[in-house]
Amino acid sequence: MSDKISKVVIDTDLLIIGGGAAGCYAAVVAKETNPSIDVTIMEKAHIERSGCLAAGINAINAYLNPGETSETFLEYVKKDSSGLVRDDLVYTIAEGLNEVTRKVESWGLPILKDEEGNYVARGKRSIRINGERFKPIIARAALQSGTRILNRVAATNYIVVDNRVVGAYGLGVRDGKFYIIRAKGVICATGGAAGIYRPNNDGSASHKMWYSPFNTGTGYAMGIRAGAEMTGFEMRFIALRVKDTIAPTGTLAQGVSAPQINAKGEKYLQRWGKATTPQRLQATLEENQAGRGPCYLDTSHLTPQQANSLKEAYLNMCPGMVLAWADYGVEPNKPLEIGGSEPYIVGGHTQSGYWVDIHRRTTLAGLYAAGDVAGGSPKKYVTGCFVEGKLAAQAALEYIKGVELTGPSPEEAEMEIRRVFAPLRVEQGFLPTELEEALQKLMDEYAGGIGSGYLLNEEKLLIAREKLVALKEQAHQLTARDSHDLVLAHEVIDRIDVARVLVEHLLHRKETRWPCYQTRTDFPQRDDENWLKFVNSVYDPVNDGIRMVERELIVLSS
Amino acid sequence: MSIKINETVCNGCGGAEESFCVRVCPGDLLKLSAGGKAAIRDPRDCWDCAACVKACPRQAIEMYLPAQIGGRGATLKAKTGRDKIIWTLKHPEGREEVFEIEAEKVI
Repeated sequence: MSDKISKVVIDTDLLIIGGGAAGCYAAVVAKETNPSIDVTIMEKAHIERSGCLAAGINAINAYLNPGETSETFLEYVKKDSSGLVRDDLVYTIAEGLNEVTRKVESWGLPILKDEEGNYVARGKRSIRINGERFKPIIARAALQSGTRILNRVAATNYIVVDNRVVGAYGLGVRDGKFYIIRAKGVICATGGAAGIYRPNNDGSASHKMWYSPFNTGTGYAMGIRAGAEMTGFEMRFIALRVKDTIAPTGTLAQGVSAPQINAKGEKYLQRWGKATTPQRLQATLEENQAGRGPCYLDTSHLTPQQANSLKEAYLNMCPGMVLAWADYGVEPNKPLEIGGSEPYIVGGHTQSGYWVDIHRRTTLAGLYAAGDVAGGSPKKYVTGCFVEGKLAAQAALEYIKGVELTGPSPEEAEMEIRRVFAPLRVEQGFLPTELEEALQKLMDEYAGGIGSGYLLNEEKLLIAREKLVALKEQAHQLTARDSHDLVLAHEVIDRIDVARVLVEHLLHRKETRWPCYQTRTDFPQRDDENWLKFVNSVYDPVNDGIRMVERELIVLSS
Repeated sequence: MSIKINETVCNGCGGAEESFCVRVCPGDLLKLSAGGKAAIRDPRDCWDCAACVKACPRQAIEMYLPAQIGGRGATLKAKTGRDKIIWTLKHPEGREEVFEIEAEKVI
């Protein structure tokens, strides 16, 4: 079979998988630190608008405004995450937030300033930007750094030789070729995973979601299959969003001080004191359960001028919201109904990802992780992704100094070619969308999706486990007509691998630590005595088993 | 969410190495049809990022909401310049609302 598949072999010093925020920033830092090394970004789409920042964003939400310090940042993130985060990772992110912000400003990102030239605070850790061109700005910086950009190549697996990650295999999205990228060191920066659960909207609006539907957990899946240790998958992320359009709420809540109200007009968060991020969602669910829904963000106080500014703000990041106002014949001063999204697996908001050390080294030699794919440090957001990109690049450059290029044996490459191109040979099989729907249905019903109120218990999770094993078997019957389909097929396979690990994490943590994100109805209390620790996992490819590992919380002393 | 491509206006960015909309779509959802016009593979897969709407040099692409979350006829188009984007929002009743958003302006 491989005789018919064209192979492309590329050698590079540092391979960065994923050209989003973390990946582009890592590339720039690597080239600035050592201009003579060869850096390659492998990107599934085209870096100009790929990844989470495609539409734009209008605030940076991890920045230390005057009065905030690395210590207060860590304290906030930890409190918001029910006391369990990797202090060392969150702290090292905090240390770099302001530096990376200034750097992207120097690349051309407009940031709102006062007359003295200081950034204007939107909240303690938030500043306003015009981020419509955020992605093109950082993509240009990566290009100008001299990094080689390999657009339209989707990573499929790491190349592992003698227990070291020495590159990655890829599938040419357009050319249908098989790529063997040999590298001295590798940084994974692919982003997290959407599309594991049944989405908020069906059919024609099914991709109307919070996270990029094109972030399909490939970086996690490659790490899982190579035996990397993963952490915190059970801390799923569920976004509180404007219903239907799934538009961001921070712009309303923080930007124009719109309070959350229930159907009776009551400000229901007042009962919660200073609510954490998951509590703001939990409170909304409880209002609905108590018959006081729907809930809204109350924008009725907006002036016509504020309403117009709001439309402009949404055009710069979520234009669908502006269409919705027009379709319904209303202005932004009509309160907006809010609700929870489907769950996502994402290390930038919650903490699912590779178990890394302070240098963003994974447990696999030669492999580093940055951004949404790196675990242990919630609320890093885009600036935290930059910081992790920088830290990973610096550490990877040190590592590769003593490393020689090597590559896979022909047999190993042949095995991966067979795996990657197999769906092209299946004639009467499942189209990728069919198995995607099967995955999303079972996760929704048995692993706490929207349809089951995000609730989890052992019996249902055990059913999910069983169904996922069967689904993995069915995935051998995935069929693809062209290379676009082939990528879709692998995105389903990758998400099945991620979902299996997710279910094991959800089964293992026998307490409720993060309401909504992880609510075990059979263990409804938070149990610090037994569970103030990390739940990690390692996949064993030989036995197709997932081994759970518990790691102690290490508190960073002041 | 999805897009509609006006086939009489689209010229497939004739002469360009790759059509702009085809290049920027983060989901690789656009392709050139046999007639040399841009086409979306499956409207269901669109994320609503508007990258293609803003990248089209001929304003041939407009976005709309599917019926279940809107779909009453509102559409959005964009004309992207070096320093600003001019958005045209067409309301269901035909009224047009125009927004000129400067690239340097923080809202």
